[in-house]
Order: sequence, then structure tokens, then C-alpha cells
Amino acid sequence: MRETTWNGEPLKNGDPPRGYLEAKGFWAWAYTLDHKRIGVMYLYTTLFFFLAGGVFALLIRIKLMFPGQHIFTNQTYNVLFTMHGALMIFLFVIPAIPSGLGNFFIPLQIGARDVAFPRINLMSYWVFVAGIVVILFSLVRPMDTGWTFYTPYSARTAADVTTLSFGIFLIGMSSILTGLNFLVTIHKLRAPGMTWHRMPLFIWSMYATSIIQVLATPVVGITFLLLAMERVLGVGFFDPAKGGDPILFQHFFWFYSHPVVYVMILPAMGIISEIVPAFSRKPIFGYKAIAYSSMAIAVFGFFVWGHHMFVTGMSGTAAILFSLLTYSVAIPTAIKVFNWIATMYRGSITFESPMLYALTFIFLFVIGGLTGMYLGALGADIHVHDTYFIVAHFHYTMVGGTVMGLLAGLHYWFPKMTGRMLSEKMGRPAWLLIFIGFNVTFFTQFILGFEGMPRRYAEYPAQYQALNILSTVGSWILATGILIMFANFVRGLFRGALAPPNPWKALSLEWETGSPPATENFEEIPTVTDWPYGYAGRQT
Amino acid sequence: MDPATAREAATLGIWTFLATEVLLFGGLFTSYIIYRIKYPQIFYEGHLKLDHVLGAINTVVLIGSSLTVALGIAAIRKGKVGLLRLYLFLTLLLAGTFLGIKYVEYTEKFSHGLYPDTDIFFSLYFMLTGLHGLHVLAGMVLLGAVLFLAGRGRYSESYHTPVEISGLYWHFVDLVWIYLFPLLYLLG
Repeated sequence: MRETTWNGEPLKNGDPPRGYLEAKGFWAWAYTLDHKRIGVMYLYTTLFFFLAGGVFALLIRIKLMFPGQHIFTNQTYNVLFTMHGALMIFLFVIPAIPSGLGNFFIPLQIGARDVAFPRINLMSYWVFVAGIVVILFSLVRPMDTGWTFYTPYSARTAADVTTLSFGIFLIGMSSILTGLNFLVTIHKLRAPGMTWHRMPLFIWSMYATSIIQVLATPVVGITFLLLAMERVLGVGFFDPAKGGDPILFQHFFWFYSHPVVYVMILPAMGIISEIVPAFSRKPIFGYKAIAYSSMAIAVFGFFVWGHHMFVTGMSGTAAILFSLLTYSVAIPTAIKVFNWIATMYRGSITFESPMLYALTFIFLFVIGGLTGMYLGALGADIHVHDTYFIVAHFHYTMVGGTVMGLLAGLHYWFPKMTGRMLSEKMGRPAWLLIFIGFNVTFFTQFILGFEGMPRRYAEYPAQYQALNILSTVGSWILATGILIMFANFVRGLFRGALAPPNPWKALSLEWETGSPPATENFEEIPTVTDWPYGYAGRQT
Repeated sequence: MDPATAREAATLGIWTFLATEVLLFGGLFTSYIIYRIKYPQIFYEGHLKLDHVLGAINTVVLIGSSLTVALGIAAIRKGKVGLLRLYLFLTLLLAGTFLGIKYVEYTEKFSHGLYPDTDIFFSLYFMLTGLHGLHVLAGMVLLGAVLFLAGRGRYSESYHTPVEISGLYWHFVDLVWIYLFPLLYLLG
């Protein structure tokens, strides 16, 4: 069927205006300074590694279905779970929302024509790609360290940790440049009238995220540099034989890698704060509380890294302090959850795909967050540490949280980014399969962990097999859902119905421009007079 | 973006970047504190093997280069491009001197069998001064580019943001050394 209208007006030549997507060809993308195109390139790149990491996960699950049988070697298993963790964390979960959706929507939501430093933005993308190339190059010799690269093993293994460290250094640089760009953009380029308290909550969460990216990432940079130098020059920071301490590596590593879990989750929370009021047709409840809780999470997040190291022999005082601080992170997190629920209370809720994923986020993240409290409790942590309970916990936060937030955002903003609608007929079954598949895969792992099944091993005692089979079957349901979802994306891209400028009747600025937006975003920079959550409330 | 906003954005950007640099060196300074407390004897013996005269000369050289950069910025604020180029050239000369002296020091250490893997003190010494040296090199590239563009008439009384930003970076590089010198060469 050929479309005859676009944005409510009759089409002149038969084809809808393509907005920022007009220019075609490799160079039009590779050299682009348009934040929207750069965001799209990040999305394609990160989603590719989401699928790659997912394939590794499926292989891991197949091996775990058959203990004692030779599917592939234990060494191959170690390589697979290292690849799954490293690719998913560094090339997908960390960059996907900030660099992908953040790049696309920060300038649109604050009413700017681009980010503050478009050239640095493009450089950040290509540094990211360079990092990927270096990492892939390092994988010629199979990597078997696990994604945390703990010393002393990572300093000694035959795998090419040196090259990989350089790759991660580049990925980190890219992350810093993006965060820096966003900080300055949010400070300096807001449209006239957009005060701090009129900013969309996605912007608040991206602001908090950027602070963490800028302040935490350099530490992982120096850590991997020291690791590489230990292998090349024999410096002894982490080598007990030279007076160093392998535990210092863990401190440095988690000083980055704990705050960075908030780089993963805060942008997702921002997306939920956009979707929940739009699909409840009610003003967001507790705007300031949600905004400031993002900042609080960013600040607290820097002081809790020790909870990854409760069993490394740290002093009781330090452990109690880290435990207490870990608990304190739950407060701003709970504030958000309560405010989302209060927003929905007596709202006119509709259940299109974005809202389904947003609700899934809230449901799964509450489970992930609360089990995090078990792990912050010293006694409980010692019981379940290094078991599948941990694996289940962080998949509930990173998949149940970040990935669901990303999928919510992708479904919510797909019409804006592509100018076409997704099919709800495909979207809802895909969501249902993802929801069921995820819970079958990972809830079983909570039970396995509590029963004492250790993580990371290729083999396990036969008593755990039944639940492992269930978990593996769950991973197939999850994968089917994700495949249908991607099929929906591809279908929508080519054959989706043309999208109006504001399909969800939402109130933030990105919906006031065309779908897809023109290269310069707005014909005229809008003047902001109100917050973006003035929904009518319940119709009586 | 209007010029005033662009200037504010660039200034905020460079300060944020310098914050990331502080954190990058922060990892090394933290290690310094930890290992110094743990092994005071190694640190005492290590610092005796460093040439504090060359270190002191290098400190003067770098502070001098910070002065010339500051004078260069003052010059371009009055629109004196020729003077800016002279001061930038002097800065590069001083930076080159610093690296030259560093090279002499490193060679000296190597000839006495002192390498990054000798002990924890020399691990720290080479990592800290090495990373700092790389920053000096990066600063030279940056200031060299500014010098080149100044020759092309890019900067004036009304527009010289890149000069100021490169200057700030250079002051940071200088500042790191001002911490490194006493920590490595002087504290016994």
C-alpha cells in the first residue's frame, strides 16, 4: 500500500519526507556530525553485540543442560562465558542507552540543534569502533579470564590480555567523551525557558549518568593500563612477589565497575519516567524526588564498591560501612519505584508495547533490587556469594532492568527515529515470550544459587540438573521472543505504517518535531513555558 | 550556537576533561599512598637513587613553560599574534628540554639496572613519570597545533578559545609534576 498522507498532510510526490535520513551512502553516515545519525550508528553497533552476546549465552546454557557430557571442552566453556560477559557489558549494556538513545534524544528533548561538541561526538563513535576492533583482534587467542579480568590470573594467562586492555582503554575514552559532551550540552544548550526543573526526567537521569561516566571511567582506564604494563614491563602493582597486591586490582576494578552499573540502570530509569506518565495520561508523581534520586544514586554509587569484595578478607569495619552504604542506595531507588506506581494510580493506563516493557522493568527491577539487598547483607552474602544467586540477581537488574528499559525506549521512540510505527500484533506476543522466557531462565537460578550451585563452573553435581534444564528451556523462549521483536523492528523499518509526529500524545519536545526529525531538529528553537508532564489526569 | 555559548561550553568541557585526568592519575596516587605506608623503607631507599638536582631543574623548566603559556594568552587577549607565537615557541622549547632531561634520567636509571620491575618504588616512579611524560608529549602536540594555526591567523583579540583551553591543559600537566617532584624525589 502506498501512503498518501504524511504528518496529517497530503503527500506531493508519493514518498514521505525522510528528515535527517535523507542523505544516503556510507560517507553520509561515517562523516556525519548529526547527533541523531551518530545515535543510530551506536544503536546498530550495540544491538549487534547484544545478539552476539546472546548467542554465547545460548551456547553456555546448552552446555549446562548436560552435566558430565562432552558438548565442548571446559576451556571452550570458559572462553564462551568470558565473551558473553565482556561483550555484553562493555559493548552493549554500558553504551546502548546513553550513547544510542541518549545521543538521539538529549538534544531533541532539551530543544537544541545538536550536542555541544558534534565533532567530539563523532570522534567518540569512531574511538568506540577502534576499541571494538582492538578487542576483537585480541580475541584471536581465546580469552579465558572472565569479564572481570582479576589478577593474578589475567597477568599470567596466555590469552592476549595486553591488547584487550588497550581496547577497553579506547572504549573507556569513548565513554568519557560522550559523558563530557552530554554534561556540557545539558548545561549550556537547553532551549529558552527550560529551567532545570522543567527538564524531562530522562535528561536528569542522563545528567547523573554522565557524571558517573566522566568520574569513574578514568579509573578503569588506569587499572587496565597497569594490568597491561604488568604484563609488558613487569611493574608490580598487583604482583605480591614485587610487593604489590592483587586485591588492589579488585578495588580499582570495582571503583569503576560498581558506579558503572548505575551508568547502565539510570538511563533506563529515565526512560521509564517518560513512558509511565505518557501511558497513564497523568502528570508524573514526585518529579523532584525522581530527579534528585538520580543524583543521589550517582553520588552513593561511588562509595559502595567494596560489597563486591566482602569475602576478600577486608576488615569488619570496612565491610559494615560498605554494607550500610549499599543499603542506602536502595532508598533513592525505592523512591523512584514508589513514584512510578503513584503516577499510575487512578491513571488511564493503556498497554501498548512501550508500556508493557516499562511495567516489566518495574516488576523485574524490584526483584533484582531487593535481592541486591540480600547481597548487601554481610551474613547472607557470605552464604550465597559466587553462586547462581548472584548470576540471577545481576541478570534481573541488567536484563530485567537495563535491557527492558532499552526495549521500552526503542518501542517508544521507534516512530520518532524511523518515521514508522511498529506492529502491536507482533510486539505484544514478542513481549510475552520475553517476559516468560526471562523469568523461567533466571528465577530458577535464584533457587539454584540458594541451593548452593556455584557460578562459573562448566560442570556441576547431578542434583542441580532439573532446574538447569528448565533454565535452558527458558533461554530458548527468551531468544524466540527477542527474534520476533527484531523481526518486528525490521518489518517496521521497511513496511511499518507512517508515524505521525506524536503517536503517543506525549508532551516532551521531541514529539513537537517531525517523525523522523529534520537534520536541524526544529524549524525554530521552541520556547519552553512548562514542565513536560502536564497530562490531563483522569477523565471523569 | 552563538560565540559566547560556544566559549562557555568549551570552558566547561575542558574543566570536566581535567577532572577525568585527575581521576586517571588518582589511581596511581592512591597506589603511591598505599605502598608508601606499607613499605616506607623501600621508598626511602628508592628516593635516594633519584637525581634530585635534575628533578629540581625540570621543575623550574616546567613552571617556566607555564609562565610562557600564560604570557601567550595575555598577548592574544590584546590581539598580539606575533607575541603569542613567540611565547608558544618558547613553551615548546621548554617542554622539549623537560623531556630531554627526563630521557637523561631514564638512561641513567637503566644503566644502574633500575627498571620498572625492580621494585614497587620504581614501578611507581616509571608509571607516574611515564604517564606524565606522555601528557607532556600530548600537550606539545596540542600547543604545536595552536602555534601552527596562530601562524595561519586563526586567533584574534575576540576569538582565542583554543589557546586558552590548551593553556589550561598545559597548566594541568605542570601541576601534576609539581606533585610528582616532592613525592618521588624529596620525601625521605
